[in-house]
Amino acid sequence: MVKSRSLMAAGAIATTAVLALVGCSSADGGADDAETTTLTVWVDAERVDALKDVAKAYEDKTDIKVDLVSKANAEIKDDFTQQAPTGKGPDIVMGAHDWLGELVTNGVVAPIELADKQDEFLEVAYEAATYEGQQYLLPYGVENIAVLRNTELVPEAKATFDEMLAAGTFVVESDGSGLANPYHLYPFQTAFGAPVFGSDENGYDTTDLQLGNEGGLAFAQWLAAQGAAGVIDTELTGDIAKERFLSGDAAFWLTGPWNVGVAVDAGIDVAVDPIPTPGTEAAQPFAGVKGFLLNEQSKNKVAANDFLVNYLGTVEVQNALFDSGKVLPALKESADYAASDEIVAGFREVGADAVPMPAAPAMGAVWEFWGIAEGAILNGEDPVATWQKLAADVEAAIAG
Amino acid sequence: MILLKIVALGIVDAIAVYALFVLVLSDEWLVAGIVAVVTIAVNWIYFSHRALPAKYLTPGVLFLLVFQVFVVGYTAYVGFTNYGTGHNSDKAQAVQALMSSARERVPDSETYKVTVVESLQGLGMLVTDPEGDAYLGAPDSPLERVDAVMEGGVAVAVDGWTSLSFSDVLKRQSEVFDLEVPFSSDLNEGVLRTADGSSANIYTSRLVYDDVADTMTNTATGEVFADTGEGAFVSESGEELLPGWRITVGFDNFARAFGEESIRDPLISVTLWTIVFALLSVASTFFLGLFLAIVFNYKRMRGRKFYRIVMILPYAFPAFLSALIWSGMLSERYGFVNQVLLGGAEIPWLTDPLLAKFSVLFVNLWLGFPYMFLIATGALQAIPDDVVEAATVDGAKPWQVFRLIKLPLLLVTMAPILISSFAFNFNNFNLIYMLTGGGPRDASAAVNVGATDILISMVYKVAFTGQFRDYGLASAFTIIIFILVAVISIVSFRKTRMLEDLN
Repeated sequence: MVKSRSLMAAGAIATTAVLALVGCSSADGGADDAETTTLTVWVDAERVDALKDVAKAYEDKTDIKVDLVSKANAEIKDDFTQQAPTGKGPDIVMGAHDWLGELVTNGVVAPIELADKQDEFLEVAYEAATYEGQQYLLPYGVENIAVLRNTELVPEAKATFDEMLAAGTFVVESDGSGLANPYHLYPFQTAFGAPVFGSDENGYDTTDLQLGNEGGLAFAQWLAAQGAAGVIDTELTGDIAKERFLSGDAAFWLTGPWNVGVAVDAGIDVAVDPIPTPGTEAAQPFAGVKGFLLNEQSKNKVAANDFLVNYLGTVEVQNALFDSGKVLPALKESADYAASDEIVAGFREVGADAVPMPAAPAMGAVWEFWGIAEGAILNGEDPVATWQKLAADVEAAIAG
Repeated sequence: MILLKIVALGIVDAIAVYALFVLVLSDEWLVAGIVAVVTIAVNWIYFSHRALPAKYLTPGVLFLLVFQVFVVGYTAYVGFTNYGTGHNSDKAQAVQALMSSARERVPDSETYKVTVVESLQGLGMLVTDPEGDAYLGAPDSPLERVDAVMEGGVAVAVDGWTSLSFSDVLKRQSEVFDLEVPFSSDLNEGVLRTADGSSANIYTSRLVYDDVADTMTNTATGEVFADTGEGAFVSESGEELLPGWRITVGFDNFARAFGEESIRDPLISVTLWTIVFALLSVASTFFLGLFLAIVFNYKRMRGRKFYRIVMILPYAFPAFLSALIWSGMLSERYGFVNQVLLGGAEIPWLTDPLLAKFSVLFVNLWLGFPYMFLIATGALQAIPDDVVEAATVDGAKPWQVFRLIKLPLLLVTMAPILISSFAFNFNNFNLIYMLTGGGPRDASAAVNVGATDILISMVYKVAFTGQFRDYGLASAFTIIIFILVAVISIVSFRKTRMLEDLN
């Protein structure tokens, strides 16, 4: 009796299993039969909406389906690096140009052919798309910092740093807990003629560290003076800087286009000014270039190349991306089109001086020490000795 | 009941069979084998009449295996590899990536319009040069001038070959992407390749891979890079070509952790601080929690319930959120503590190495005491009144009652909690990451480790920050953490067994 019940049970299980299996397999088979090529594209969650129409238009044009997958910006790079080797990664991934060093060293991105289009892109965008002489990134947007000015408090742009300080309070964000934010301070550093690396026709030369040159020491001394005067403060974090500008407490805010929206929403009449140089040379901010990268392990490389170079790299598409995303386009012609927007035009003007953030892995060594040294100088450490030690530490870290 | 069992097992089996199906199709034989064995075992357990205890234990054991044993085992495995930036995939992929980044377009060369064509011999390219002349070529025959059907200035068809439409190209895109047509009989002039199926460029390669000798040769300098078993192609002068690939490196990561001075010194100091931090956190939260529990256990106090609720509040907020808020409140010049409570003092709560350690412990006390308070309150109420009364009748003073009767009885219930709390604080990543980020960092140190970094936050920095991630080294660290916590826990559980004799 007991035996036969078990047997019955086994039979029932087998039936259920087979039924379930049939159900699953038939559903699967349907998808496999379809002949369309599908490109999987990982997109920064904040920008996925801007891309939807463009992707749809490409589908209509070519019958290649574009599957946009929204990913949190902080996770895209690591997830992509880990999944690409399994062959299950996306065909295309949205990323920033400064990821290139790491991604190329990991062998997960493939070069794309942009050489004929060099003149169509903004110089900084093309430069940023290039790593060790090869182009890996299809640039679509360029971002850099500039000075936001509250026009109610200060109606006119100021030409020099001291004039600006005299006209109103200036805020720039730091990382807090004794750390400066070197990204935001970089324009002042270049104003003294101290870029991180020297550069040649292939882009940055990471063996030529310029950080510790005479200009760097002059910048360190200037920084110490600003720290002592309380103009730049390591404890003034991004949130505090934002709050002080929004409350009308500060008239100038050195920040990027990502913060313009919140200022406009707060009812502030914002103007975008060039960064006034405290030194002898132009204050060059870092440019961050956003774009799309091709997975080296993609099985749809022809479709992906077509989508990237022949579609996303065209003026109409970059115009459309600008309309939906309001980021300065990487193509010259589209950038001109975007000039109708005063804010974007303002940032572009400042960005004419911008230099791409170095993408080489050696830059990791710089970031590691940079903010600490600047923070220490702002908080009263000896500027020259600290800056020299920074240069020595970075040099040792790159070599070792 | 039997019906429920059948349906539940049926669902499990259906999922298992489906999983097998998928796994076998994708050639995952090992995993497929494991799934098959486990499924058979589960079926046997639930149909057999002899395996009664197993029926209760199986689900738990399975989850333990999947979520604990496997994860620990895999981490341990990674600890013995060179997995990290530059060693991210296998050798075949590394070779592929090296070759594709070494492929350089011939400077100032033209772009050719291309139509992919096919004959019995395979794929070929029908190209149109900028002057409008048509050429035909295939992998084994260099470009030759042909007469072709032109359409809008582009050659679209030629006799003896079938032209592929874009959708045909897409169906065979790997083949098309890898198609290389020699530009001329001189191979040094490069090959034509098409990335998008409609235009082609001439490329030469900076590297040549010799798969027999397993070496990479730089065509410009003639330098030879060989696989010397280090997970990358290395030249004689020691220069590495990256990307390399993942290999097992034995105990190298552990040797580095203990051998390299720049890693060992911070590792030792961080380990000591981690132990101090965990011990002090447990001790401080335990004593404060216990003290408050005793105070609020005093039956004649009014509004005890209200106070108890207030006490538990810090426990009700997510810990990482509280840590973040504390980090803002302790800010040197803008924080609530300095600005409002201390009237504008500039105390470097989070930026002075010693004060930062104190702040971390203080915030952890604030976060952790309600838990101890709750447990201690429960444990106190579970101590029978008659024991205490008997002690009082025997003439014990309150302090003696507490020290000799209540505390030992409390410890019976609380000792395991203290041990697990130690293990928790040993790996209290949220607090450190949110409050200080491990800082303040010593500007004079050569590695990225700060004064309040504990082992797990150091592991995070090694594995997930900077441009050179080192998952292998980070995994080796986690194994060290695992061993430390396991040893301390085992020893303390042994010790607490003595307490159980009290009951």
